[in-house]
Amino acid sequence: MEKHWKSVISRSVCDYFFDHQRKASSPEDIPPVIATPHHYLISVYRSSMFFVAVCTTEVAPLFVVEFLHRVVDTFEDYFSECTESIIKEHYVVVYELLDEMLDNGFPLATESNILKELIKPPNILRTIANTVTGKSNVSSTLPSGQLSNIPWRRTGVKYTNNEAYFDMIEEVDAIIDKSGSTVCAEIQGYIDCCIKLSGMPDLSLSFVNPRLFDDVSFHPCVRFKRWESERVLSFIPPDGNFRLMSYHIGSQSIVAIPVYVRHSLCLRESGSGGRLDITLGPKQTLGRTIENVVLEIPMPKSVLNCGLVTNQGKYTFDPVSKLLVWEVGRIDVTKLPNIRGTISLQSGSPPVEANPSINVKFTINQLAVSGLKVNRLDMYGEKYKPFKGVKYITKAGKFQVRM
Amino acid sequence: MYAPGVNSSTTLSSSSSYNNDRPPSAEAVEVATDPASGGFFNSDYKKHDDLKQMLDSNKDNLKLEAMKRIIGMVAKGREASDLFPAVVKNVVSKNIEVKKLVYVYLVRYAEEQQDLALLSISTFQRALKDPNQLIRASALRVLSSIRVTMIVPIVMLAIKDAAADMSPYVRKTAAHAIPKLYSLDQDQKEELIQVLEKLLYDKTTLVVGSAVMAFEEVCPERIDLIHKNFRKLCSLLVDVDEWGQVVIINMLTRYARSQFTDPNLQDVDEDEESKRPFYEDENEVEEEQQEKRAPTLDPDHRLLLRSAKPLLQSRNAAVVLSVAQLYHHTAPRSEVHQVAKAMIRLLRSHREVQDIVLTSIAATATRRKVMFEPFLKSFFVRSSDATHIKLLKLEILTSLATESSVGIILRELQTYVAAHDPPFVAAAIQAIGRCASNIKEVTDTCLNGLVSLLSNKDQAVVAESVVVIKKLLQTQPSAHREIIIQMAKLVDSVTVPQARASILWLLGEYSERVPKIAPDVLRKMAKTFTSEEDIVKLQVMTLAVKLCLTNPKQTKLLCQYVLQLAKYDQNYDLRDRARFLRHIIFPADAESGGPTRLSKQAKKIFLAPKPAPVPESHFKDREQFQLGSLSHYINTKANGYQELPPFPLEAPDPKARDVETEPQVMEQAPLFTAKKVSSKKDSTFYSDTESPEDESEEDENSSDEDDDDDEEEEASSSDKDDDDNEDEESSGLEEKLPIKVVKSTAKPKSDEEEEEDESDEEDSSSESVSDSDSEDESSEPSSVPKKQVRNAKPAKESTPVAKPKSNLDLLLDLDDVSPAFTPIMTPSLGGFLTPMSTPSSQVKTQLFPDIQPASAVISPNTTSELLNKINSNGLEIKYRFTRSPHLYSPSMASAELTFHNHGPDELTDIRVGEKPTSGGVSIHDFAPIPSLSPGSSLMGTIGVDFADSTQPVNFEIKIGSDRTYPVALKVPVGEVIRAVAMSEELFLKQQGGLRGMNENTAKLSLTKPCTDLKSLTNKILTVANLGVIPNSDSSTLRFAAQTLSSKSTVLVSLLSSDNQNLTITVNCEKMVIGSMLITQLKACLAD
Repeated sequence: MEKHWKSVISRSVCDYFFDHQRKASSPEDIPPVIATPHHYLISVYRSSMFFVAVCTTEVAPLFVVEFLHRVVDTFEDYFSECTESIIKEHYVVVYELLDEMLDNGFPLATESNILKELIKPPNILRTIANTVTGKSNVSSTLPSGQLSNIPWRRTGVKYTNNEAYFDMIEEVDAIIDKSGSTVCAEIQGYIDCCIKLSGMPDLSLSFVNPRLFDDVSFHPCVRFKRWESERVLSFIPPDGNFRLMSYHIGSQSIVAIPVYVRHSLCLRESGSGGRLDITLGPKQTLGRTIENVVLEIPMPKSVLNCGLVTNQGKYTFDPVSKLLVWEVGRIDVTKLPNIRGTISLQSGSPPVEANPSINVKFTINQLAVSGLKVNRLDMYGEKYKPFKGVKYITKAGKFQVRM
Repeated sequence: MYAPGVNSSTTLSSSSSYNNDRPPSAEAVEVATDPASGGFFNSDYKKHDDLKQMLDSNKDNLKLEAMKRIIGMVAKGREASDLFPAVVKNVVSKNIEVKKLVYVYLVRYAEEQQDLALLSISTFQRALKDPNQLIRASALRVLSSIRVTMIVPIVMLAIKDAAADMSPYVRKTAAHAIPKLYSLDQDQKEELIQVLEKLLYDKTTLVVGSAVMAFEEVCPERIDLIHKNFRKLCSLLVDVDEWGQVVIINMLTRYARSQFTDPNLQDVDEDEESKRPFYEDENEVEEEQQEKRAPTLDPDHRLLLRSAKPLLQSRNAAVVLSVAQLYHHTAPRSEVHQVAKAMIRLLRSHREVQDIVLTSIAATATRRKVMFEPFLKSFFVRSSDATHIKLLKLEILTSLATESSVGIILRELQTYVAAHDPPFVAAAIQAIGRCASNIKEVTDTCLNGLVSLLSNKDQAVVAESVVVIKKLLQTQPSAHREIIIQMAKLVDSVTVPQARASILWLLGEYSERVPKIAPDVLRKMAKTFTSEEDIVKLQVMTLAVKLCLTNPKQTKLLCQYVLQLAKYDQNYDLRDRARFLRHIIFPADAESGGPTRLSKQAKKIFLAPKPAPVPESHFKDREQFQLGSLSHYINTKANGYQELPPFPLEAPDPKARDVETEPQVMEQAPLFTAKKVSSKKDSTFYSDTESPEDESEEDENSSDEDDDDDEEEEASSSDKDDDDNEDEESSGLEEKLPIKVVKSTAKPKSDEEEEEDESDEEDSSSESVSDSDSEDESSEPSSVPKKQVRNAKPAKESTPVAKPKSNLDLLLDLDDVSPAFTPIMTPSLGGFLTPMSTPSSQVKTQLFPDIQPASAVISPNTTSELLNKINSNGLEIKYRFTRSPHLYSPSMASAELTFHNHGPDELTDIRVGEKPTSGGVSIHDFAPIPSLSPGSSLMGTIGVDFADSTQPVNFEIKIGSDRTYPVALKVPVGEVIRAVAMSEELFLKQQGGLRGMNENTAKLSLTKPCTDLKSLTNKILTVANLGVIPNSDSSTLRFAAQTLSSKSTVLVSLLSSDNQNLTITVNCEKMVIGSMLITQLKACLAD
């Protein structure tokens, strides 16, 4: 699928891209910027699709990358997921969206609230209604938000139930070395909101311990000055789902590691076998249970198969990608989950020098591992009493244990 | 994608691993056969006929269907141009969706079907006049996108019209259209620049981003267009949309590089030092010193950096990186490190973002090591990273290594060597090598580590280690005989040609150290010569020649043998080299004579000492490109790249950026520093920051918001650092020429804070308590009346004859303010929008029109004497009312004092002594003058609240410790009021409520007939601080004001029945003021 904004460029430029694609061992390895004799191809890889932009002149590459990601975000927002078949199905909407988002190579409207007013997202009900009434999905008036000082919010929002939900998601990024000590650990946090409030609410959210924040970035709606002086998030929210803020805690403060992995993997045993034994246990969880634990171990190429026994959950081993996945589930403190068994190696292959690392995934509900807490949420500007809710989740981000 | 001659085709290709190997050309086919693809993708050529029929039908949904199918074809890149005539007809369609799709089609094919495309033009011309702004804008968008040279004049005209359009959205579209037209016809440049200039002056955030983008594409060299807009751009920056921010910052970076001097100029030497790791500590010390030195930055330069800084918190990675490059390229060295944290944050983002940011960091890290050192751990590699990201991280890690951190880094590198990713492992080994040669302390450890890698089972690891060791040994060969021997042994086992070549080279170079082994190795190599790789063969020859020179007895024959073999090699390089070497070493073959000159020198030629290679980051040479640009990323100059100019040695005239003072700005300047306000914010939410600041939101001119920022910042900086304070203050003073008045009042303000600090320390505690008490008291009423203005408006509407309220009343008033008045804030600055600026509340605006403080149009130059030089032994003080609100409290009139020392002695410590305390009169002191040398003069500002009376205010001026002079500050009635703006409608309404006792009327006839009202207006405005009310009636002049303390309305109207006779009416709640004012006006007009 292609869309041109300036003079037409032949599809054949993509050949350069496909060349690179063929060379790369995995889709992730394709460089985001490819220089060809006359054009520059800038691509992003999302949900197993490549989105490629072709530029002819100097431009900040991040500008393009960021825009392409925004395009994909918009698609996801419109069609709830962004896959090849969905894009093919809704190609007209996609085309209309692209047309609104970019004019002559410069982004025009990228706020989802505005776009949704211009082009209504498809749903079955509206499709039927449109065929009956002959109305179209495209609005004929300029969304008021576009002109106002708060372009992210549409006007005239009305809800019967006024609700504001905040999800505080924290991801623990860590590298744990062989002996179990932490090489580096950081917390990456997000505050995702789902706000369904009528009118023009003006919210302010304060924290019990805002000193924890190391570095923050905000949705454009947040008033930066207010944050600087009082550490309060004060904003007029966009309508619907959006990411209010993301923050980073690390370097200075000590990060609690909620899980430990005791492991032994031996691939050098005589004969053609190796042994694996892994035990998981909770650590610094403040009394919460650790759920949805999954271990992923990319095994070396010489591993043929695994014969393992688990006392909890089940494991799979994909002999093609050599990925061992153990879905543990919840960690029970009284009976620690364990996996053990033998690994069959390809005979004759050179012995493996080093062991792979384990990627750990987990979630802990109702806990923000950094200890961050919302103090209160106030609403000004509207009279009704909204329903407010805050949810805390801790997840594993890039949590890696070296064996 | 903004500048790119964008053809941004967004290609979506399925890419799961299984179809990687399919030929790319199969894409179209694949899509068609894919069962998942939607029905329209299958439409094929046969259906063109019925498509035409559908388009010709008069049913909208059929047309829509047809258009959708056609767009499907366009999207797939299939030829659909033969449908052009049928499609173009539908450009007039009423159905907005059909129309949109037709537009899309038109833009795609108009270039190919020029003649037919012209048919549609008239429709667009009509649409350009449409009352709906969206339609106007989209018509212009499509019109300008039609790449047909014939219509250039039409587009030009359309752009000119649109640039002056009411709607900012249309103006934005006009800005977008400019580069389009420019690319179509370069001859239009001059005319386009004129339009662009107009658009650059635009103050709407929506427009400026696009205007700057157009500027960058059409005329980036016309830097002179930016001068006048520079300050505006800086202040609007935070509110512009994210894409606009990127463009503006990039442009301003270039601007800063051409207009300001290098902030790091005075310490070029340190710069050099900082490149060398050994001087790290000293460098830090130097940096501290530099901070103390307080870099003399151009105020505008400072403004730019300051307004860009909040954007580091943006969610858009492109914005963050552009701020980072701004700091990297233009900021003083001590400030650059501020951006590091934000850049590190970006590393959590998408893979592509990571890659680009890491490239930028890698380039920055070669020059600014200290900046990223605290974040070393963020660059540790995870096995899940993509290979190119791993390599970049390694690059950065090695650049960052210092004596202190190298331990941790080496431990990490050691783990990486064991990874499964061959290119990454190789890079890790090279990284160890770089660390070893950069940091002398660890060279031996590294070398040992590398040698132990030689026994690694992985061939690739061994080979890479050999190459790295070879490089390392060159720096210090003497000590490492064993290593050379061990490597010589490896020749038997290593198969990687690169490694073999390295070993051979090493042996040849240091053959004296291993005299027994080298010939043996040569013998072995001669045996296998024919089966070696080219690169190895070359080294075998080199080894043979070198040995032949040092040890001819054992090796001369071998050498001849090798050369003989090479003579018949397939590779011409080898044959060439062999011939060349033979003629030097064995000249006898060529001529029968003795050794030639060359052969005598052969030893010098082949065994010359060679300099050790210096492993350098390959990111070093990227310095020449602007950080974060495409050229920087690909490390070659991209099409259309704008070079970053070097800093000029002498800054061009900063006055170019001065803009004529815009009168409105002054009154609006918010009068509170953040500190004061926040101290009271826990009471009710009405009394927190929001109230005083919402003033500034009133008009769209956000430059005053910016003042607000600056003040806050300055206030806080004065807290932090007293040394800096002076500099900061004075620079701030110059910085804001357009809003001079605000600044000059700001200065005493923070001086005053300082003074308070001092007094706290020196004086008894009781005094300091009272001091702060008085401040509390006065700051409270000061904020209250302001609110009252706002909140009492509706009240005034209903009871126009409301009596002036005391401060206490006003406080009580606050409680019954309806929540509808809660201000709404703007995004970034924490400034506030009153409800009226949001569209939803526009209705309210009409119901309760506002009285807004306006700025004085004229500031009188008449000065009066406060203290006579004879009375005071030499000190003369004059005063003049500036008509700007005093910073301390809006109810104070500010008077500019000029101190002049006529006496022979230096006067020290001039300050205000006793002040009046009764009758609501209060004084805010001028900043005490520590010393005034003979013949010199100084300025100061004093704030006086006259409590709406014209009684002179008596106070004392103290000089030194003993001299005290009583003075009286007289105020003309015209200065106890302040100009306000209101609508004519409201004026009449208010006037209706102020009849009877509150009305004073006077008639007078002018001595000479007055022809124009303008001169009359000027006369009146000189006498009194009145605001002119827009007028529909030409024979009447109307003015409005408020008294400073109680905010009572003062209305003046002037009716001229003919040119000679005038009727003046003054309506004022305060009868005294009213009658005095009318007398004064009469007197002035009679002149």
